[in-house]
Amino acid sequence: MTRRFTAALLALGVAGLVAFDLRTAPPNPYHAPAAFAFGSGQAASGGFCGALPD
Amino acid sequence: MSGLAVAAPAGQGGRTGARAALVAGALAAVAAVALFVGARYGLMLAIGLGFGITLEGLRFGFAGPWRAMILRREPAGVLAQLLAIALVAVVAIPLLGRHGDELSGAQAPIGWAMVGGAFVFGAAMQVVLGCGSGTLVNAGSGNPVGLLALPFFAIGSFAGAYGLIWWTDLGALPILSLRGGFGLAVTLAGLALVAGLFWALGRPEARAIPGRYLLAAVLLAALGIANLLVAGQPWGVVYGLGLWVAKGAAAMGADLGGSAFWAAPGSVARVQASLLTDYTSLSNLGLIAGAFGVAAWRRDGLTQPLPRYPARAWVATAIAGLVMGYASRLAFGCNVGAFFSGIATGSLHGWVWFAAAFAGAFVGIRIRPLVGLEAKP
Repeated sequence: MTRRFTAALLALGVAGLVAFDLRTAPPNPYHAPAAFAFGSGQAASGGFCGALPD
Repeated sequence: MSGLAVAAPAGQGGRTGARAALVAGALAAVAAVALFVGARYGLMLAIGLGFGITLEGLRFGFAGPWRAMILRREPAGVLAQLLAIALVAVVAIPLLGRHGDELSGAQAPIGWAMVGGAFVFGAAMQVVLGCGSGTLVNAGSGNPVGLLALPFFAIGSFAGAYGLIWWTDLGALPILSLRGGFGLAVTLAGLALVAGLFWALGRPEARAIPGRYLLAAVLLAALGIANLLVAGQPWGVVYGLGLWVAKGAAAMGADLGGSAFWAAPGSVARVQASLLTDYTSLSNLGLIAGAFGVAAWRRDGLTQPLPRYPARAWVATAIAGLVMGYASRLAFGCNVGAFFSGIATGSLHGWVWFAAAFAGAFVGIRIRPLVGLEAKP
């Protein structure tokens, strides 16, 4: 058995995760923010491992 | 002979086609996310792909160079890491000072749980020889240890965030940051001092930084700055992994209301939103895909036979993955979110994280052969 097998398992897992996500929370491109946070005039609001809950 | 002569070009043609498909697939994924989710999210996926291609393509990382320094007194990898951090700091700290309304750093409080979490993370990452980004890269390139560690890492990250407030209530300082020109000068001086210490401790013949490490440091720095400009926050890994599990738990009907972290309004909104709008999730997915792409691109990348380990090695891998995820949340980040991004954006917790995790790495290096993940010395 080679790494093809494990890489295929991972690809299946990632595909499953994305499919599950698209089914449960379809994104809306019309609510998308500006392409760059820098210069957007909007405060950063993403989740981050160094941040306490907001 | 003639059969071989004919077969070789055919094989080359197949490989060229496969490589073209890899490039086309990556471009299509970025374009699809940009079109159907948003331009910023497409850019974040592209940045993640860049991280994965850089780390796997140049065989660079965080856990391996620490191990090389501790075991063989080879400082080149750590010196390259410090160079990458310095390059990001030169841009990020002034930007954060002038555009703090749009950009945020990796600022976190120093506390008992943070220090303990960093120490434990440093030990666990040496057991599986992969940090936050390293586990993603290893999994992406088909490494079975990384593949097994990854889901447990994600579960640990979710669980660590679940109890994070309880842990921080054990005692933590206010967030301490180095800002402005003075903050940048202190950060660069600190990095130079640490680099000098590693250089002095390293074997003289192993001090030179190889070209591929220098290239990796420059590329990682450029991608780290791009991450900050596009997302408004620095490069991170572990938040996204915990979010994947939180979404799955919520979909299965789990009540996350018992956690001060996951019940916070911002967390609830992110659990309900698409992962394709979460910056760390996108860069994580890109990192995995980038590493996979490099492994598939290489002639022998995915044809290597899987290693054979005893059962206890696989059990240890799962436990180490779980511990890494949990500890990295208590520590407010892994090598990426705390060490790389924390120091580069002026957070003092990044420095404390580095010291604690490096101390923990000495323990992890001793544990690794005991659990059967390498030949006993």
